[in-house]
Amino acid sequence: MRLSLLPRERPARSMLWLSPVLAAVLSVIGVTILFAVLGRDPIEALRTLFITPLATMDGLTELGLKATPLLLCAVGIAIGVRADVWNIGAEGQFTLGAIFGTWVALNFGGAGHWWLIPAMLLAGIAGGVVWAGIPALLRTRFNAHEILTTLMLAYVSIQLLGYLVHGPWKDPEGYSFPQTRQFEADATLPVLVAGTRLHIGALFALLSVPLGSLLLGRTLMGFRIRTVGAAPAAARYAGFNRDAIVWFCLLVSGGLAGLAGICEIAGGNGQLTPVISPGYGFAAIIVAFLGRLNPIGILFASLLMALLYLGGEGLQVSMQLPIAVTGTIQGMLLFFLLAADVLVNYRPQLQVARRAGAVHHA
Amino acid sequence: MDASAPPPRLRLTGITKRYASVVANSGIDLSVGPGEIHALLGENGAGKSTLVKIIYGVVHPDEGEIAWEGRPVRIADPNAARALGIGMVFQHFSLFESLTVAENIALGLGAREGIGELTARIEEISRRYGLAVEPSRHVHHLSVGERQRVEIVRCLLQAPRLLIMDEPTSVLTPQEAEGLFDVLRRLASEGCSVLYISHKLEEIKALCEAATVLRGGRVVGGCDPRTSSEQQMAELMIGGELPVAHRRAPLKEGRASLIVANLSLPADEPFGTHLRDVSLTLRDGEILGVAGVAGNGQKELLAVLSGERRAPAADAVRIADVAAGLMGPAARRRLGLAFIPEERLGRGAVAEFPLTENALLTSYQHGLVRAGMVRFGAVEAYARQIIARFGVVAAGTQAQGSSLSGGNMQKFIVGREVGTNPRVLLAAHPTWGVDIGAALAIRQALMDLAAAGSGVLVVSEDLAELFEISDYISVLSGGRLSPPRRTHETTVEEVGLLMGGRMAGAARQHEARGVVDAA
Amino acid sequence: MHELGIAVAIVVATLRAATPLMLAGFGELITERSGVLNLGVEGMMLVGAAFGFIGAVVSGSLLVGFIIAMIAGAALALVFGVLTLSLMANQVATGLALTIFGVGFSALVGVKWVGMPLAGLPGAIWPHLSTAPPLVQQMMLIDPIVVIAILVPFAAHWFIYRTRGGLILRAVGESHDVAHALGYSVLRIRYLAVLCGGAMSGLAGAYMSLSYSPMWAENMVAGRGWIALALVVFSTWKPAWLALGALLFGLVTIAQFQAEGLGVAVSPNLLAMLPYLATVIVLVLISRDATRLKLNAPAALGRPFHATA
Repeated sequence: MRLSLLPRERPARSMLWLSPVLAAVLSVIGVTILFAVLGRDPIEALRTLFITPLATMDGLTELGLKATPLLLCAVGIAIGVRADVWNIGAEGQFTLGAIFGTWVALNFGGAGHWWLIPAMLLAGIAGGVVWAGIPALLRTRFNAHEILTTLMLAYVSIQLLGYLVHGPWKDPEGYSFPQTRQFEADATLPVLVAGTRLHIGALFALLSVPLGSLLLGRTLMGFRIRTVGAAPAAARYAGFNRDAIVWFCLLVSGGLAGLAGICEIAGGNGQLTPVISPGYGFAAIIVAFLGRLNPIGILFASLLMALLYLGGEGLQVSMQLPIAVTGTIQGMLLFFLLAADVLVNYRPQLQVARRAGAVHHA
Repeated sequence: MDASAPPPRLRLTGITKRYASVVANSGIDLSVGPGEIHALLGENGAGKSTLVKIIYGVVHPDEGEIAWEGRPVRIADPNAARALGIGMVFQHFSLFESLTVAENIALGLGAREGIGELTARIEEISRRYGLAVEPSRHVHHLSVGERQRVEIVRCLLQAPRLLIMDEPTSVLTPQEAEGLFDVLRRLASEGCSVLYISHKLEEIKALCEAATVLRGGRVVGGCDPRTSSEQQMAELMIGGELPVAHRRAPLKEGRASLIVANLSLPADEPFGTHLRDVSLTLRDGEILGVAGVAGNGQKELLAVLSGERRAPAADAVRIADVAAGLMGPAARRRLGLAFIPEERLGRGAVAEFPLTENALLTSYQHGLVRAGMVRFGAVEAYARQIIARFGVVAAGTQAQGSSLSGGNMQKFIVGREVGTNPRVLLAAHPTWGVDIGAALAIRQALMDLAAAGSGVLVVSEDLAELFEISDYISVLSGGRLSPPRRTHETTVEEVGLLMGGRMAGAARQHEARGVVDAA
Repeated sequence: MHELGIAVAIVVATLRAATPLMLAGFGELITERSGVLNLGVEGMMLVGAAFGFIGAVVSGSLLVGFIIAMIAGAALALVFGVLTLSLMANQVATGLALTIFGVGFSALVGVKWVGMPLAGLPGAIWPHLSTAPPLVQQMMLIDPIVVIAILVPFAAHWFIYRTRGGLILRAVGESHDVAHALGYSVLRIRYLAVLCGGAMSGLAGAYMSLSYSPMWAENMVAGRGWIALALVVFSTWKPAWLALGALLFGLVTIAQFQAEGLGVAVSPNLLAMLPYLATVIVLVLISRDATRLKLNAPAALGRPFHATA
């Protein structure tokens, strides 16, 4: 007897949404085993990971805060992947968005300009667009694949950030800490809920969901994107310009990541430091897949992933577990999702190797 | 069985193979005698491919028995089949493009002999049967005829006692096919059995001494092709009377709607064909057939006509009196061009998309989009209209492209392209691999479109089809296009010679020797 | 003598810096030649680095460390194989998952070993000769793993072009359907290639943590896995070019340290960008000729295979 996979006549729509749920359940089992191996009480750890952060208003707003950059980056990444354009360097565009926006804040902050915040946000978007524009140019003009170029530029951006905060942008009064000056009050994003850190960036993130859905599902551009991704030869045949789609996807995705970057700074620490993200740009790839490359799904996936970040911090504080637990669980989640996805297109079947009446050996 | 008679080389009893949704083979009995050339006849989808895959060990039957020279056997994989003495020449060749002929043959033999030794044996076999192959050449440099010879040599090196040929002449010129038949007859006279799969009845009449006919996965009859008529065999194959397309009225000389002038274009793919000085004129109301063996520039010509590749100059391609050579596909469609491509899923349609979105694929310029937003209501209506008009069998407009059979998908694509009322329609292999009913409907649609005043350019390997529907026939060979001939003033033989590259006054650039002249 | 000393130092340092790229690169070359694109090299290297370090410290043997690293790399590759080969998951997404998981998992298992020296183990793998002349001491830095890395291109060339196994590998990478029709077990061959790639990546990672900079630190591979992937594209899947590319990048990497050593007043952050920028430039140069890439790439690269049986 052996297990074999038979192709389904058509993809199972139900499995499309059941598979992330299955992956989440399998991940919880995996995490339980992981904690047991690490010698921690799994129940206690699971509670810290998944329940504690949601128990308070403060925890909920922190969840929104962490989901914001994930959601923005993931919607952009998903639009790209739908067109088979793999922007896996959102982390870099996020960083450049933070750098560009910070430049505006440092140079024009404190004077009470009404346009300061919009200018910072636009600069952040521009930073992401520029950083994603380079791979777009290299892809369309020189055929260099964006997977490697976006990623290499992410490494470069982290060094660029390091250079700025150690060098020219270093706060002279910062006791030689590698960080920029603190933003003035007028360069800080307004908060949504008084007394919490949840800022208006969350609104932009929420807005990206209906806009992304509309783009992909209802517009000719979205149809072009999906066609290029599903069948490049059909797109060429239909007269959809592949290069234009590559540019569009990378710029939109870069702009969203850049917006996430400046929001993270202007709504959070209010200054640049050598590390400004716990890997949001990379985790957003998982979010995009977990959300089925669909903006509405991504909204839920980003909340789950934000919960993992929050819970991971909780584990660090209360159970002295390394923060790397978060990354491990994220990777595990994606593994299980990819494995469960086989059920969308294939139907498992236990086969008896030889039936009665089967041909036999000579 | 009579003890004195030798057992059949191969006997299948009650072979059944089920897939998720279809029964590909159901209780099939088949017997091939020593030295017999046995035809396996059937329409596309009748179960021929599955059956030969079972014999060759690629697919395992769910039920049934295989007996080889009287002994029951289980054929686990192709290696086991080869060990028994079964050789197979695939319809889509099982050769690796980037490897040499000798490397390919070594892989197919599964023997651990050195390339040097093997080369000597290849040359010996190739001399003996007059099958010219060069062991050190890379396969991607070879013409389709040469590739087939490599496959045959690979089989012969194992001294097969049963040779399976799957649609072997679909890629050959009529003259090359004759040469192949000589080789097969000689093999049979040496005692090797041949299982010959085809749907070309005239070939089977000329070559085979027995035939088994499959329909819907079952054996529906057998006959001696030498004494049966093509009509009888065809009716056995389709299980009814042969339908006939309505010929349209003779054409009147229309205005030129597509003009290609002295177009030369280097190949853009590693193993592609260069187009050399191609000129053609297509007029309103006429069907121009472009014959030729695949790989002689068909893909390249269609790409440069459809706009998927740009011509070197705007004037090289004129559509409806506009210099369109530098335009992309969308702009050319605005001039009234439509195109039925060779590949259905993945190019002509998207497998993952519902039929609505597949309808939108090329008709988005026909009022289905407003201010950048898709009017899904209108798209839905258009899809429903195509389905109704062409009798597409599908589970509604939301059915995925991949859920349709090849013939129904093609009818949908033809309906979509014809539905835009094009001035010029390009059709690549429009009935390849579809069942007779769908093929008939598609040919009828093309003829109706021409009758309504559009120009239709059909690229096909199926000479019978081209002779049936075209007003003019040109031949593409080695990237050169022959001047058009009136269909009723030319013959299959003449076109066949042109397909083989014998073009008066044109130097042959492309290697296309047939088996005939190698012998 | 001084110039000779500097020249030897540069050659040795280049070889050492090229070693992880060479090992991981050739592992990936074999994997891709079979038609599988595994973007998880970075993750497999990190897991190899962490497990190799821990294995060596715990067992007290470098050899055991390297073996454990290869097993760990192969184990991660096996996960990739099950997902992409048996379950037909998207290779790009699975490779990314492998890297994301590898980054987190290596950090998790290595957390107690961060900053710990290779206590009780010799710093270099050859017996240390403090009495030897400086030139000889320089040469001593060429440890057995570097020697292996130097030999790997020759071995790979011989295997791919001169053996029947290599012929089958190339055949499967070009067309799994044809190979299947001829009776070759596509999955078995691809599993072997993927596992080989994982073991090589694991070895490359362990070289980082046990010899190159003998210690474990989170994310210490620092993008070398991705550079190795880029080098495979750069090589157009040819062993000789891959070897050349790895050496070139070894040189670029040490330029960073040379500049620091020479006291050139450039920010270390800017110098650290060099390998990544060089990767982008190299990719651009090689990818411009799309036809050449297409001609040389294994035709089945990244395409899923499902045998209908």
